Amino acid sequence: MQNLVEIRDLKVEATTDSGRRVEIIKGVNLDIAPGEIVALIGESGSGKTTIALTLLGYARAGCRISGGNVRIAGKDMVTLSERDRAAIRGTEVAYVPQSAAAAFNPAKRIIDQVIEVTRIHRLMPAHEARQKAIGLFRALSLPNPETIGSRYPHQVSGGQLQRLSAAMALISDPKLVIFDEPTTALDVTTQIEVLRAFKSVMKKGGISGIYVSHDLAVVAQIADRIVVLRNGEVQEIGTTADILTRAQHPYTRALLAAFEPQPRGGEILVKDRKVLLEVKDLVAGYGAKHRDGLPLIRAVDEVSLSVEKGRNLGIIGESGCGKSTLARAIAGILPASSGTIIFENRELPSAVRQRSRDQLREMQIVFQYADTALNPEKSIEEILGRPLTFYHGMRGKQREARVGQLLDMVHLPNSLRHRRPQELSGGQKQRVNFARALAAEPKLIICDEITSALDTVVAAAIIDLLKELQRELLLSYIFISHDLSVVEAVCDEIVVMYGGRKVEEITPAHLQAPQHPYSKLLFSSVPKLDPGWLDALELDPELVRSYSKS
Amino acid sequence: MSSSIPLFQKFGYRFSWVGMIGLSIILFWGIMALIAPHIIPHPVGEIVDEDYFGAISSRFWLGSDYLGRDMLSRILMGARYTVGISLAAVSIACFSGIVLGMTAAVVGGWFDAALSRFLDAMNSIPGKLSGLVVVAAVGSSINVLIVTLAVIYTPGAYRFARALAVNIHAMDYITVARTRGEGILYIIGSEILPNITGPVLADLGLRFVFIVLLLSGLSFLGLGVQPPYADWGALVHENIGGLPFGAPAVIAPSLAIASLTISVNLLIDNLPQKIRDRSA
Repeated sequence: MQNLVEIRDLKVEATTDSGRRVEIIKGVNLDIAPGEIVALIGESGSGKTTIALTLLGYARAGCRISGGNVRIAGKDMVTLSERDRAAIRGTEVAYVPQSAAAAFNPAKRIIDQVIEVTRIHRLMPAHEARQKAIGLFRALSLPNPETIGSRYPHQVSGGQLQRLSAAMALISDPKLVIFDEPTTALDVTTQIEVLRAFKSVMKKGGISGIYVSHDLAVVAQIADRIVVLRNGEVQEIGTTADILTRAQHPYTRALLAAFEPQPRGGEILVKDRKVLLEVKDLVAGYGAKHRDGLPLIRAVDEVSLSVEKGRNLGIIGESGCGKSTLARAIAGILPASSGTIIFENRELPSAVRQRSRDQLREMQIVFQYADTALNPEKSIEEILGRPLTFYHGMRGKQREARVGQLLDMVHLPNSLRHRRPQELSGGQKQRVNFARALAAEPKLIICDEITSALDTVVAAAIIDLLKELQRELLLSYIFISHDLSVVEAVCDEIVVMYGGRKVEEITPAHLQAPQHPYSKLLFSSVPKLDPGWLDALELDPELVRSYSKS
Repeated sequence: MSSSIPLFQKFGYRFSWVGMIGLSIILFWGIMALIAPHIIPHPVGEIVDEDYFGAISSRFWLGSDYLGRDMLSRILMGARYTVGISLAAVSIACFSGIVLGMTAAVVGGWFDAALSRFLDAMNSIPGKLSGLVVVAAVGSSINVLIVTLAVIYTPGAYRFARALAVNIHAMDYITVARTRGEGILYIIGSEILPNITGPVLADLGLRFVFIVLLLSGLSFLGLGVQPPYADWGALVHENIGGLPFGAPAVIAPSLAIASLTISVNLLIDNLPQKIRDRSA
């Protein structure tokens, strides 16, 4: 049988600002049979999206396809004219972007955007396209398929929008659909519905797909074959079962190993258990204040928790559950409306401005996106040096030496100190972000989703670093994440949050199973490295409905 | 525009030749403004040509004006006023506008609201009109001109800087600085300013051009630099009668204004950029 896609010796190069050429895809060969779904997996910068985009005959600004060919049903996307490529895009090859929220025009109704492809390529009359779209909405198990199209993008949930963007790609009956990390931005509970919908539609239509992701477990559910990429080169190609059970290449094994980090177990660092932080009935939120001083929208509603010295607390829940707001309220960035925060046996004022310099120093917060948490105009030395000067009055040689020690602690080479954040990789940036918190010599570090924007292997390395530093410095962490395996790897206690409230507190070391129905749903929604997991998974539909936000 | 000067590349910077041209023209006018009194061939106010709107000759390189005064000398001396007054005014306007704008973005609340409304109100008064009123009331001197022009252009610079700073202020690194306990001065000077320098400089260039034009406008109305001295705007105005004759007296100062304003913008759009790719 002839392959639908044949990529031969594909090379893509980019030009840097000094005019130097860098090869980012170094001779990749890849075939996709009709009806087959192939996954491209690898860390960021491995070239997986770049390869996927060449199937549209497209290279991002500053890049160009410098060699090889990309044949789709016999037509070479590399040598075709731009006009011919445009005719293929959307009709034969379609694209589902990572962030549907950014891909939809907020000012136009969804249905008009979904059928836009048929209008551009004059495939069918508008009313026919509408009927077809409604059929697709039904196939993608969207609620109210007849009317959902007349809404605007902000009126549907993230998971629904992602399925709608798949409908947009499928409306023209393409032969090949490119999925570019379509579920990365979604919660685990939503991810399941989206994956199921994608899988059934693709199988029913016999459509080929290329699925770009860094999450091996997600890929295992949907792909027939997996291509492991690194630095623009194919490391290993194999069927899903082969890759998962009989991985040959060391890098693939590292990926698999990183997927299940070692649980922390009951490691005890401090003998006498002393409470470091205690939060009682904390209420925080946004909007105008009521007469009783409580905010209009309570993002955090009467949450109590405590953190002991040398022990870690995990906070888990889906986006919008108030976990980041809780972190901000504890750190004083968003002053709590009521409730008390007791740190080291003394009550903390609710706002940053009222806290003393030492109180601020002892509790540090590390944010999710190192890109926005590090000032792009400052060198690493300045970023790490400022808290040293500010809190400890260090200058000159002393400060320079301490910056070196800090870089060493987070396993970064000293030569990075004169670089700026954008010259570092994602994992390196997150290490700098963490080192800045260490510079203050804190007792408690609040980590707000610090591994969520990182690739599996890099995230696993950061987790190991966290544990190592905890042993050395006797730190305590509050670790906020939506990723259960990460939280289990780091934390002694886990708080499950839903709708601004704490629903359950779990101690993994006691092998305590979740009791609350929401915790059960959340825990069972985490994808496993088993290709049959999604098909075998049975969630109580009643339960899913009562906790879905749509 | 990708070609750059090897000298700059050696220091790790890239500087396009367009920016170089801009810089050289600005330097030329700057030097002329400084040394003008020593090199002008004829005194500024003296009638030296028996003809008016004289053509270009070996004696008068840029011809003569409507009274028969030497045009080259008048333009060189005019550079002092045009460059000097505009530069001083634009520096004051942008400095105060940017500092106030960043402070308003960081402090927020009542301070921001009150300052923004006050400066919006100032912005609603037409520039030429308020300049007219002030100069008519206080009388024209170089200091009055500088202050008036600076005050007229401060609200615009404020609005611009505030809009930029509000965006930067939403970034996590500002939150980190705040939770560290940093003061306003550190936040605006060290965290926000480096991130808005590019657009702020572009704005400065634009505002410089506006000020040159407004100064020329005021001179046109006789409220700018007083005779026998004249800035370039006044030179264009007083020689406008030479237009039908194609006299160099009206063309030369126009070209001078154009060359200065365009090259300021060429330079600002093509400032030397640090090369990020170190492995080259």
